[in-house]
Amino acid sequence: MQGATIRSRPVYPGLAIAPLARRHIFALEGEGAGALLDIAGDLTPEVLGRSQILYVARGSLGVGHHGALQTLGAAFWAAPTVQPLLGRLDVELSRSHMGTRLYLAGTEGFIGQAMQVAAAHGIDPASVITEHRGSRARRVQCVHCKGVTEGVTASPFTCGHCGLNLYVRDHYSRRLGAFQGVNIDAEEPGAVPPPEELYL
Amino acid sequence: MMGDLQMRVTALHDEAAGIRRVRLEPVEGGLLPAFSGGAHVVVAMPDGDVTRRNPYSLCCDPEDRTGYEIAVARAAASRGGSAYIHERLAVGDVLTVGAPTNLFQPDWRAKKHILVAGGIGITPFVAMMAQFARAGLAFELHYAVRSRAAAAFAGVLQDRYGPRVKIYAADEGARLPLGALVQNQPLGTHLYTCGPERLMDAVLETARQAGWPEQALHSEHFMAPPPGDPFTVTLGRSGRDVAVAPDQSLLEALEAAGINPRYLCRGGVCGECATKVVELRGTILHGDHYLTPEERAESRTIMICMSRFSGDRLVLDL
Repeated sequence: MQGATIRSRPVYPGLAIAPLARRHIFALEGEGAGALLDIAGDLTPEVLGRSQILYVARGSLGVGHHGALQTLGAAFWAAPTVQPLLGRLDVELSRSHMGTRLYLAGTEGFIGQAMQVAAAHGIDPASVITEHRGSRARRVQCVHCKGVTEGVTASPFTCGHCGLNLYVRDHYSRRLGAFQGVNIDAEEPGAVPPPEELYL
Repeated sequence: MMGDLQMRVTALHDEAAGIRRVRLEPVEGGLLPAFSGGAHVVVAMPDGDVTRRNPYSLCCDPEDRTGYEIAVARAAASRGGSAYIHERLAVGDVLTVGAPTNLFQPDWRAKKHILVAGGIGITPFVAMMAQFARAGLAFELHYAVRSRAAAAFAGVLQDRYGPRVKIYAADEGARLPLGALVQNQPLGTHLYTCGPERLMDAVLETARQAGWPEQALHSEHFMAPPPGDPFTVTLGRSGRDVAVAPDQSLLEALEAAGINPRYLCRGGVCGECATKVVELRGTILHGDHYLTPEERAESRTIMICMSRFSGDRLVLDL
């Protein structure tokens, strides 16, 4: 987990079961499965009986977690990619009532996108229980062309949409679920420092 | 304070048994500062040789900027504010009114708003509902009263909002169905409560037990400053002693002594009047809802609008 550097930078305190919740929805991506498996001791039969786990392995990193998650014994559904998982999460939330708590674990980009789905249902982001697991790669929006690039690990990087050289800021938009990328060589085109792999 | 308004009483109306509604319009004419549902104003009232400044929720339509309205219940053990409004205030009188402040904002991201009022706790919701209705937002009001005769605004709210307003009169044996209220509410519902402490505690605790997150729960805990034993406070900067009478709050005593500490709500919720304790030999009787239990135990800070003191010496950073 990375600490907060500026106010908009989200913090992810870690998964913990809300003991009074009537229903628990876990949306997990890749290594985020580990965040739930690590608190398996708190998953009483009562909690599991009220739980729905949505999981996307997302590439090779998540292989091997399907079985462990399924063995927990809660309702389990695996998505092939992130988009269908978000679609399913949307459907689950539209059927849910107050008393349902949402848990998100995985990369920041995933948490940010799932948080957007939650916000559309009127869920306060502060009430969502989150844990950052896996890559520190960022979802970055180019402030110039508004294109979003997924999985950014270095700064500066080249915008996948408009080709500008972008410096990745810690400034985070909850609405977009993305960090801000700003042109770094506007005044002296071509004067771009070598990229640093900051977000592996 | 800056932003104070001189306002003339233009109407007095007994809204229900023991509840008087006061309409105030600016002496200078013109439009008043805008406010939002849940906002309150602090009204200054003479009471013998002291000035009482009490917070009252605005209970009129926020779109109407020609006047403010408050509704005041006659308190059994009035410290002066409610007795003054019920017995002495007349149409034509001029009062000093602070600019509106809102410490009970609706969460505008909510999908639905559930309002639970007890008695005079109805007032902030009257303004909120006007805004919700205009914006086409889903809301419902659950209003617990001793009797229909004591239910301020009940008729007008039912006329305006129909079945979205539910009234539970204790003398008819009706009780707030709290358990049912928090069941099967859509995600994104927010719950607001205002009224007697016991009612608010019951509402909030029922929702918590049903798994509602704190972020969806809102309450307004305005209270009158509690009376108590007299005590003396010492001002650290001047060395002056100020005596606080039994029916006076520390803040009121300081104001009477010509000191004007910062304040907003005067009811122990906003934190504006937090004052540093320089020296303490005795016990601070914390009466606010602002400090955490740890901060209360440390007693390095006192909320002077609500808290009192018992002991030998209290020196404040004033």
